[in-house]
Amino acid sequence: MQTATTANPKWWNGGKSPFNVEYGKLMMWYFLMSDAFTFGAFLISYGTIRFSTNGWPDPNVVFQSFPFLGSGLPLMFVSLMTFILIISSVTMVLAVKAGHENNKQKVVTNLVWTIIGGIAFLSCQAWEWTHLHHEGAWWGANPFLNADGSQSSTNFTNYFFTITGFHGFHVFSGVIINIIMLIMTLNDTFEKRGHYLMIEKAGLYWHFVDLVWVFVFTCFYLI
Amino acid sequence: MEQSEVVQLEHHENKNEVRNVTIILTILTIVELVLGFWMMKIDQPNLRLAIKGSIVILMLVKAFYIVGYFMHLKHEIKNLIMTIIVPLMLFVWFIAAFLYDGNSFKNLRNNYDPHFKEKSTQKVEAKEHNAEHGATTHDATEEHKEH
Repeated sequence: MQTATTANPKWWNGGKSPFNVEYGKLMMWYFLMSDAFTFGAFLISYGTIRFSTNGWPDPNVVFQSFPFLGSGLPLMFVSLMTFILIISSVTMVLAVKAGHENNKQKVVTNLVWTIIGGIAFLSCQAWEWTHLHHEGAWWGANPFLNADGSQSSTNFTNYFFTITGFHGFHVFSGVIINIIMLIMTLNDTFEKRGHYLMIEKAGLYWHFVDLVWVFVFTCFYLI
Repeated sequence: MEQSEVVQLEHHENKNEVRNVTIILTILTIVELVLGFWMMKIDQPNLRLAIKGSIVILMLVKAFYIVGYFMHLKHEIKNLIMTIIVPLMLFVWFIAAFLYDGNSFKNLRNNYDPHFKEKSTQKVEAKEHNAEHGATTHDATEEHKEH
């Protein structure tokens, strides 16, 4: 590895990456950018429909249940889900940091915590979907009234299940990627390679999943 | 191998950065939730809109901290930051144009289609939907079939 710390290298002169990252990481960034557009298109479509509609269901009425505690608790369960995802993002940062220090044991510990966080989030989502389904909500079925008491359309449930489902699928793939990273770490693949840069790319993906949840959480549950 | 093409630049990273960003994200989330709870008690449309605006701003601040520090973009060189952020600027047009369009469609229909306006603002009877699932599951699905 070069240790040059020249103040301002000529990035576009060739012989090195003009973005100063390895190929895989740059491609991960471009993939995440394209994925941001996909999620953005979903959320903007949702916003457009909501702006073109006279009434919309009140999220505090729709999402007010908590497992074992019953109903009448708006925002509580989704806050728990949000904190689970933030904390799992933090443990992922720590795993990437440990990778820079070539500390295998610390990488393993933090990856395991990240995977547990991801599975916990997916379980929460599974519970919420099941609960809403029992109340009669699904694609094409909306049992909830608008906040002003008028009849609401199925747009609300269609968008909710499509967007949280697409996000949940990303969380699921993230957990799978993290499990693969864990297996590779335990097999000393990175140790033999001399660096843990692969963990960094998995970390970027995992943080992106957290990032998208920040937007989904705000758009569906808060406003 | 792979990393030889990467120049190791000096890090001015704070040692407590991860901890600090975690605390900032937690506080921002709590503030968002407080605003959310506050909004439940408020009926004035303008104040509600202002709260919603503040929540959106807090959301963008959270996004900045996640991308900048957790995804490390703030510590990358300018070339990488620009190649990611500049294309995302399309969202400014994307959001403004589509939300404006949606709103305009609603206003046009309300103005020129009285039937639409009457239908969509008419109060209907609240349906039974108890949060206690299990016992009322059957009712809920039954109810839903009627429509």
